[in-house]
Amino acid sequence: MSNIAFVRTEMLPEQAPPASAVGLIGWVRANLFSGWFNTLITLATLYVIYAILAAILPWAFSPTVGAGSLAECREILAESGKTGHFAGACWGVITERWQQLMFGFYPNGSDGVSADLRWRPVLAFVLLAVALAPVLFADKVPSKMIWFTAAFPFLYPWLHWGGSIWGPISALLGFVIGWFVFKTAEKVSSSLIGMISGVVAALVWWLTLSGFFSNALNSILPVGIEPVQSRLFGGFMLSVLIGVIAIACSLPLGIVLALGRQSDLLIVKAICVGFIEFIRGVPLITLLFVASTLLNIFLPPGTQFDIILRVLIMVTLFAAAYMAEVIRGGLAALPKGQYEGADSLGLDYWQAQRLIIMPQALKISIPGIVSTFIGVFKDTVLVSVIGLLDPLGLSNGIRADANWNGIVWEIYGFIALMFFVFCFSMSRYSMYLERKLQTGHR
Amino acid sequence: MKKTVFLGALTVAGLAAGAAAAGTIDDVKARGKLNCGVTTGLVGFAAPDANGEWSGFDVAVCRAVAAAVLGDATAVEFVPTTGKTRFTALASGEIDMLARNTTWTFSRDVDLKFTFVGVNYYDGQGFMVPKELGVSSAKELDGSTVCIQTGTTTELNLADFFRANNISYEPVPIETNAEAQQQYLAGACDVYTTDASGLAATRATFEAPADHILLPEIVSKEPLGPLVRHGDDEWGDVVRWTLNALITAEELGVTSANIGEMSAAAGNNPEINRLLGTEGNLGEMLGLSADWAKNAIAASGNYGEVFEKNIGEATPIGLARGLNAQWTEGGLIYSPPFR
Amino acid sequence: MTTVSDPPKEGFRLSQLIYDTRYRSMTIQIVALIGFLTLIFWLINNTATNLAELGKEPSFRFLSEPAGYDINQRLLDYQSQDTHLRAALIGLLNTLLVAVMGCITATIIGVIVGVLRLSKNWLVSRLMAVYVEMFRNVPVLLWIVFVMAVLIETLPAPRAFRGDNATASMMLNDSVAVTNRGVYVPEPLFSRGLGDIHLLGDSSLRFDVSLDLIAILIVLGLGFFVSHKIKQRADHVQETTGDRPTTWYLRLGVVSLPFIVLLYALGFHLGYPELKGFNFRGGTHMRNSLIALWLALSLYTAAFIAEIVRAGILAISHGQTEAAAALGLRQNRIMNLVVLPQALRVIIPPLISNYLNLTKNSSLAIAVGYMDITGTLGGITLNQTGRELETLLLLMLCYLIISLSISAVMNWYNESVKLRER
Repeated sequence: MSNIAFVRTEMLPEQAPPASAVGLIGWVRANLFSGWFNTLITLATLYVIYAILAAILPWAFSPTVGAGSLAECREILAESGKTGHFAGACWGVITERWQQLMFGFYPNGSDGVSADLRWRPVLAFVLLAVALAPVLFADKVPSKMIWFTAAFPFLYPWLHWGGSIWGPISALLGFVIGWFVFKTAEKVSSSLIGMISGVVAALVWWLTLSGFFSNALNSILPVGIEPVQSRLFGGFMLSVLIGVIAIACSLPLGIVLALGRQSDLLIVKAICVGFIEFIRGVPLITLLFVASTLLNIFLPPGTQFDIILRVLIMVTLFAAAYMAEVIRGGLAALPKGQYEGADSLGLDYWQAQRLIIMPQALKISIPGIVSTFIGVFKDTVLVSVIGLLDPLGLSNGIRADANWNGIVWEIYGFIALMFFVFCFSMSRYSMYLERKLQTGHR
Repeated sequence: MKKTVFLGALTVAGLAAGAAAAGTIDDVKARGKLNCGVTTGLVGFAAPDANGEWSGFDVAVCRAVAAAVLGDATAVEFVPTTGKTRFTALASGEIDMLARNTTWTFSRDVDLKFTFVGVNYYDGQGFMVPKELGVSSAKELDGSTVCIQTGTTTELNLADFFRANNISYEPVPIETNAEAQQQYLAGACDVYTTDASGLAATRATFEAPADHILLPEIVSKEPLGPLVRHGDDEWGDVVRWTLNALITAEELGVTSANIGEMSAAAGNNPEINRLLGTEGNLGEMLGLSADWAKNAIAASGNYGEVFEKNIGEATPIGLARGLNAQWTEGGLIYSPPFR
Repeated sequence: MTTVSDPPKEGFRLSQLIYDTRYRSMTIQIVALIGFLTLIFWLINNTATNLAELGKEPSFRFLSEPAGYDINQRLLDYQSQDTHLRAALIGLLNTLLVAVMGCITATIIGVIVGVLRLSKNWLVSRLMAVYVEMFRNVPVLLWIVFVMAVLIETLPAPRAFRGDNATASMMLNDSVAVTNRGVYVPEPLFSRGLGDIHLLGDSSLRFDVSLDLIAILIVLGLGFFVSHKIKQRADHVQETTGDRPTTWYLRLGVVSLPFIVLLYALGFHLGYPELKGFNFRGGTHMRNSLIALWLALSLYTAAFIAEIVRAGILAISHGQTEAAAALGLRQNRIMNLVVLPQALRVIIPPLISNYLNLTKNSSLAIAVGYMDITGTLGGITLNQTGRELETLLLLMLCYLIISLSISAVMNWYNESVKLRER
């Protein structure tokens, strides 16, 4: 018997794919050089990247970090054999002024009057992340944390402006009183009367009594931190402050406006639509002009606000209109069944909103809210146009310093980089949230 | 949820509604701080340093007023204003006085209702051109591109000048001096026009100042001075006479160096004595302490010292006194007598 | 046993205003209206009191006073002796100019970048991602000043073109000059032109209409109309006989021949820019401020549009394309009939709101000295007259009208393409 088998009985060992199809080479071939057209594009792109880097890098790597003035920079560069207009960057200006670009004129202990207080905005910024945690990671953080979140809106400005602790506490009390009155009046009569009387009670408290209350308590038990004038605010601290406060305040306002816009009540709807369309129809810069030139005229004679507060008011109104549209988007994205389901359970309007609609709509809107925040944060550079010292406004002051007169790119580059780092991480984070919050409403 | 951040901030920042009826001087005393409007940054006139300390020619006026009223030259809040916001800030009471290279004009005085208390710098609009252009008069600038700093009377003067001389030009309006300088140096405009002091200050910071010349034409009168609101004459007097005190001090030879000695006791010169409060009661008439002028002068020196320290020939800006010399030396700086 | 109970009395009780849902909404509305009107009245009252105290009476008289300043970039004629109203009009046209130009280029760049971001070439898609992130995450104001600085610092000054050892030269056969004052391109001129019609006499709103332009437009319009008729005829022939007559040369001729004849009749020629004195003279001057603003706004908005386009393309599921292919449609028909209409439904609304943003962002023109309406009315006019209330009201009104017109278009489009829900 010949022992000839034509059929292979054992498998050949798997061979590695050819070197040109895997690994780095394979990847390069598949992704960069998969055809003549692709190759051409790749080469063109490489050239563009090279040209940009070749223009920027030699300029950026410049041994001028220690220079004390533009003239010194020029000397240093001339010593290393580089002259001319684009010889090299003058990083000395950043070394000298980066703290100012960050904090403006916030007391840093240099004037001998007040101590270095810059830890306060930093702490406020860190606490902001803590306060946001219960909202964003409700599953991972103890639910008690929500109380900190509720108190944070009062803590945040207090850390910046300082002063007596009783100010924010009496402001907080206004809400407590309003809520209390609402509950009582609701039991006695209806929720509508309760709501109106609650709002009125809170307003009365804020406008008349809270001042006496905080002054009285302050004279009995003075607890507080050193107050800081808002004129000293500046730099990125100011941008973040305006952004955070405007978004925080515009959120409730935006919810009200969005509900008003969705409501069946004609007049309420007309007012809300009018407001939203008006604010969205004009550029922020005109609103800032209003803040800087007209707001005092609109208020009772003799009222004095400082400019940062006026800007905050206008930016808040601006953000509220955009927020209203974001939340309206969230409301519209909810399937009708949710509304109908709430109705069929016999919930009234506010119950339905509170228990069914808003939790879902807000959750859907979080990415939109974050991108509104990024937008508002970027728009804060416009305050430089009306003379506030945000990073761009400070850059004018720095360029007017005889030492640094003539500096252009270094400061712009630094400011752009800071904005980029902040906004980019925010937008990445919001994408992550979007994925996480995706609960399948498709 | 968070609406009262404003109210919290309001209370915290201690922003009480100021009673406009009370005089500014009482407001300032009650506040313990002078709110002084300055520019957002102009070399030599007002600019913040790395620690946020403001300094400059205009800033010195603010400090002198603060020293006169409050006895403390550091009791000043500097409010940076732009060309657009400065008048509103003053009219609305956000600032007590404006010391921001502002030209005294009829319409600002009469129509916008401000009181210019005096002139601390006599300026005029000039032109700067690169030397290589070979231009020696502004009348040869037909067809040129002109960089103008906006928000001032500059663009109006320029339009008038070129129109009167029937010359065509291309205006390039620019917000800040820094940007204008950048465009001018890069050749994006042939001519840079603004106040002559600003031109000199700008030229001083160039890499090669000698390559640029200022043309002889001065096309406008720009008396720059501090201003206050109409209708509060007491306050206007305080600012006016503080400025005059600085000027008189230079005229009489009172400097920050010898002022301690001179004000210690009444000397031979009765005007110095009246000025420094060792004789008479000028301070009381103004509603200030007797040593108000002494404080004002001690704050940053007399007019001449302020000039030399901030914009004078020893500084990088290097302005000559010119029109701004004392009247005794052929200039226009002149203070009414202290009596 | 029957108990007769009284039917509930129909009648209005005061408590119904609160408890009865029929009336309650009315109550809420009236309360809201009263609150709103009180607020408005309060604001107006305060304003009147304050203005009276400052001694400024609201008045728009300043609009008819001479402006006194010059504007370099203008679409209509303007001198410094013209009124503030005229200056505002010039500014408004400049705003519209940069907005329209910006929208067009932003769309083009945005679509290209959006498509390239989906490219299979790793390097290209990364580069586009870097572009998008870079522009989206840095404030547009910074981009505007940045682009302006780049233009000023890197392009040659006109004096570099002068002399024997000039370091720069004009491009395209000496017809285009790129300088750091702007770009000079040849302008169309007519040696036997028909002249202009002056409308609205000497008023502030006067404008000239070029008869040459009207003649050209009429001839072109007629040409296209005839060409369209020819196409319809060809379609008709194709439908009845199955053969399509070749008409492209006919259609081309109908449009271009009369046009060329007209241009010749009008004596059309190009005016080239020339270096004379300090500047280039002749030709059309596109100023740096306009270019910087236009570029920065386009690049910034394009980054957003790219993301919208990408999302729009990704939103169309593969099933759609495959189903269309299964129906036997060709590739370009799939694109035209199936993918694009659906993608546009996703793309257009955010696209238009980006146009809106671009228009509003054009108000940052003051940063580079481009005299748009914020620069004229809200800038120099405000500074010179000190009429903050009046100028800002007018300024906002202008922007509001522009924005509302754009969003009216958007709403109309949204209504017309909305998927009908149950």
